Amino acid sequence: MGKLLAVTLVVVAILSAIPIVRHTWGPPEDISTHGHLIDQQLADTMIESGIAFLAAQIILGIFIWSASSARPDSKIKNFPGGAKGLVAAAVLLVGTEVLALGVFGQKAWASVYFTPPGANALPLQVQAGQFAFYFRYPGPDGKFGPIHPEMVNEGNQNYFGLDQTHDQDSKDDIVAAEMAIPVNREIHLLMHGKDVGHSFYVRELRVQQDFVPGLDLSLHFTATKIGRYEIVCTQLCGLGHYNMKAYLSVLSPEDYDAWIKKEQAMQ
Amino acid sequence: MATTIHEPPQIGRINGSSGGGWHNPSPPNQANPRFLKDRSEEPAKTGIWVGLAAITMSFAAFTSAMVVRQGGSLDWRHLALPHILYLNTVILLASSVTLELSRRQIASYMGAARSGAGNPGRWLYVTLFLGMLFVAGQYAAWLQLRSQGWYLGTNPSSSFFYVFTVVHALHVLGGLGGLIAVVSKLRQRVLRRSTLDATSHYWHFMDALWLYLLFLLITRF
Amino acid sequence: MHDTAAHATHHGPPTSFIRKHIFSVDHKVIGKQYYALGLFSVLVGMVLSWIMRLHLVWPNFAIPGLGILSSTGAPGGVVTPEYYLQLMTMHGTLMVFFVLTNVPFAGFGNYFLPIQIGAEDMAFPRFNMMSFWVTFVGACFLFAAFFVGDGPPLAGWTAYAPLSALGKITGPGEGTGQTLWALSIATFCIGQLLGSLNFISTTLDLRTKGMTFMRMPLCTWAWFITSCIGLLAFAVLLPACILLILDRVAGTSFFIAGGLVVNDQLQPHSGGSTLLWQHLFWFFGHPEVYIAILPAAGIVSHILVNSYRRPLLSHKVVIYSMMAIGFLSYMVWGHHMFVSGMNPVSSLAFSFPTLVITIPATILTLIWIGSLYGSKLRITSASLFALGFVSMFVAGGVSGFFLAQPSIDIYLHATYFVVGHFHMVMGVAAIFGMFAGTYYWFPKMSGRMMNETLGKVHFWFTFVGAYCIFMPFHYLGLAGNVRRYSTFVDDFMGPLMPVHKFISIAALCTGAVQLIFLYNLLHSRFWGKPAPANPWEGTSLEWSMPSPPPWDNFGGKHPVVYHDPYQYGIESSTGDYVMQDSPEQIQTVRDDKKLSPE
Repeated sequence: MGKLLAVTLVVVAILSAIPIVRHTWGPPEDISTHGHLIDQQLADTMIESGIAFLAAQIILGIFIWSASSARPDSKIKNFPGGAKGLVAAAVLLVGTEVLALGVFGQKAWASVYFTPPGANALPLQVQAGQFAFYFRYPGPDGKFGPIHPEMVNEGNQNYFGLDQTHDQDSKDDIVAAEMAIPVNREIHLLMHGKDVGHSFYVRELRVQQDFVPGLDLSLHFTATKIGRYEIVCTQLCGLGHYNMKAYLSVLSPEDYDAWIKKEQAMQ
Repeated sequence: MATTIHEPPQIGRINGSSGGGWHNPSPPNQANPRFLKDRSEEPAKTGIWVGLAAITMSFAAFTSAMVVRQGGSLDWRHLALPHILYLNTVILLASSVTLELSRRQIASYMGAARSGAGNPGRWLYVTLFLGMLFVAGQYAAWLQLRSQGWYLGTNPSSSFFYVFTVVHALHVLGGLGGLIAVVSKLRQRVLRRSTLDATSHYWHFMDALWLYLLFLLITRF
Repeated sequence: MHDTAAHATHHGPPTSFIRKHIFSVDHKVIGKQYYALGLFSVLVGMVLSWIMRLHLVWPNFAIPGLGILSSTGAPGGVVTPEYYLQLMTMHGTLMVFFVLTNVPFAGFGNYFLPIQIGAEDMAFPRFNMMSFWVTFVGACFLFAAFFVGDGPPLAGWTAYAPLSALGKITGPGEGTGQTLWALSIATFCIGQLLGSLNFISTTLDLRTKGMTFMRMPLCTWAWFITSCIGLLAFAVLLPACILLILDRVAGTSFFIAGGLVVNDQLQPHSGGSTLLWQHLFWFFGHPEVYIAILPAAGIVSHILVNSYRRPLLSHKVVIYSMMAIGFLSYMVWGHHMFVSGMNPVSSLAFSFPTLVITIPATILTLIWIGSLYGSKLRITSASLFALGFVSMFVAGGVSGFFLAQPSIDIYLHATYFVVGHFHMVMGVAAIFGMFAGTYYWFPKMSGRMMNETLGKVHFWFTFVGAYCIFMPFHYLGLAGNVRRYSTFVDDFMGPLMPVHKFISIAALCTGAVQLIFLYNLLHSRFWGKPAPANPWEGTSLEWSMPSPPPWDNFGGKHPVVYHDPYQYGIESSTGDYVMQDSPEQIQTVRDDKKLSPE
């Protein structure tokens, strides 16, 4: 039965690796300027982990095979190098791998979090609340009006609690249920959590960030390919969590201008 | 296969440091000076420090919650501490003194192999009384704050005030329970040195913890 | 010379039924009680997972009987979106707390730690009894949540605020259900603290003559290290639960910020910190997962050595690695919060110890695998599950490597990749450790042998089944499949549904196979072949006593320990091993010469 276990281990390990190697199911095409750094990191990690995984399972299988067929009178042997060798191997191999991935991985992280948005970035606010995303554009004045939480009224479609009667800056704000952005233009996304925790995730953009009620955070990114993508909520927010999503349209600059005009007219 | 029967293992712990009659584990057949049993395995000695470590960690968690809450928002309002807190502090410190007095009294009573009169537990009763007085005093502080309009949910400062002082008072009540157990065991002549020591350590720790909390209350509230 | 001083501190033999089986101070009874509670919880947790998997691929399937448990949550047996989340919350809570902390740690640990160090019982037997019954009360609070108004909470086992703190306005189950949850967990913390107190004091103080620290078996070390971790971790979760309860019922604002609007109503709270809950929770939560895995790793080490018939390459290295894991476990909690809005510099800071913890984990794995080289492997149900543990530990550990890097976590956070990772390490590896321990120690605990054939059948189906269930989770995660969804409505999910179907079918089949284990357990308990004292030719002290052991373990005497715990692969009068308490002088075969001379 030891031999059967050895064979099963190896077969299961190889079968597990096949969909990864063949990219049967994987991340969608990256449409962001920073995503390639993440994808590279992911690919490097996959190779190193994959080798470690397969090597461990196969060696375990080989050793099980030989140890379970050892004759009862054979002498016990020690693995060459003993514990010291294995500890050294672990520290050196894993240590270097770990440091390398950790140190080089900083670049991807830094590109998202340690660089401020450019001066020309398009400001856009997204609000997450049970169970929908709403988007606000500052309008021609380039300013967002203040949010008055006590004035939020979904029935009247005042999702952001804007006081468009008294607040000058709010008068030209554009509120939409869909997010549209121009391609190849940096976006400065301001995130506002209305009630409980939510999260903003667009797979193709390689962007994910939680909304923190009480803390207004922001993200910046640039989309590089025109298309229609899904924004989904990834932090458990209640019974409608599975259905909390919105569409992101990445448009050509002309189409974007047209879209904004259309939305403005509908306010 | 028979294993050798042997005397209880010495695990390297040094028993006590004051009073005679405590050091050597006495075989039960010999005349033991007084009615305290002793043994070389004294897990209460380790156990109390383990327990105190957990309590320390809990109050560290509450402290860091307070620091984060205070620093993360602008709504913290200064809380004027009821003056009775300072009286309560003195009472609690006095109870530690009386507890130490009772420990020495019990120890010397044990070591001298005296017979007859004397109530070695006298100071224990005083400690118990002072402890209960402390808790009553804390309760008075809570009533005073309530009368001034500071409730649990009024402001983060009052929230943390109540959390810290109530949790501490609950632990003090636990300590009182331990002291009552010590008194009861003393009267039944089954008190172990380690039990008395552990209870004393716990009580003094409650003192030290209170001083720390008072320091927090004075400097950050 | 007879030693009564030690006797005087411990309890006499129990006389009444209640004292023997219900309110017992005997660590062996308490260990079995924890095991029974864990067994019940895992069965409920497993059924919950079946319902979840069924619902995900057949959303309109009416589950028989469920409509009776909750007519609002599952009208006619069809699971609603909220009920899915409620069942999911209970699944996670039951499994992490009442199974993974209860069985490998409190269950086997309570039973075997005193025995393996040669003690008569735990240091504080009455606190020990209290620890079980307090845990039991905690379980009662939790199960009660199924039966109240709108059911159990839906905020997940992680109960993030403000969803968990605002009360019933955030969703079904967030009223009484969530409060019961918080009470349950707070109570559980107290039970665990009492338990850890016992484990630590017992290990430090009650080791018998000759039982130095280095002569303790590896599972004893694992229980000792776990109890140190647990002492500090549960001491932080308890305050967190208290603050959560206060936010829910006393109008405080520890975790609830100002200006929140739910259902168009402005909430009265202000100033609280959402992230504070996450920090407090994960400061506990990360050590908790090592509390879940370390005892299993210790048990597996203990069993593998017996099955290899030789000592591990280095006893000390395994101990130090487990200590390193325990120590590092307190420095990594922020890796659950990379995209939480926490300071991004902190994310990098947390990432490094997270990556570094790979090193002691790798050392353990290499020692397990390396010690197999040149050994003589005995195949039993126990050793099969122990070897399966090693395979699963590698599989689960490797996926952790991805999640330890914040940049990759941007993509993989909250996807099925994470779910695959933690199920591999906790839901499979740790459970394999529990199975291995059961097959290994059942003869000692009950005096009867389990059916080895059924055990092996159980292993094969479970091993292959577990891979079939949880490997595909990683593929789903790489495709961006989001977790904690009750139904999949996103456009990109279409091509992934066949994978989900495969998983669900594998889960139901593998779940059904567990009935073989349950049958084996119950049948053997009453009708199994009588077990000898040492059926596996083991060396540690539990094998030196009858099966099952007498109420006072060593018959009022203290055993004397002469040898290291794993003297296998030598020649002695008993065979290829010598027991720890045997006075026989033997020649040893060992790499590490620094252990006490023989």
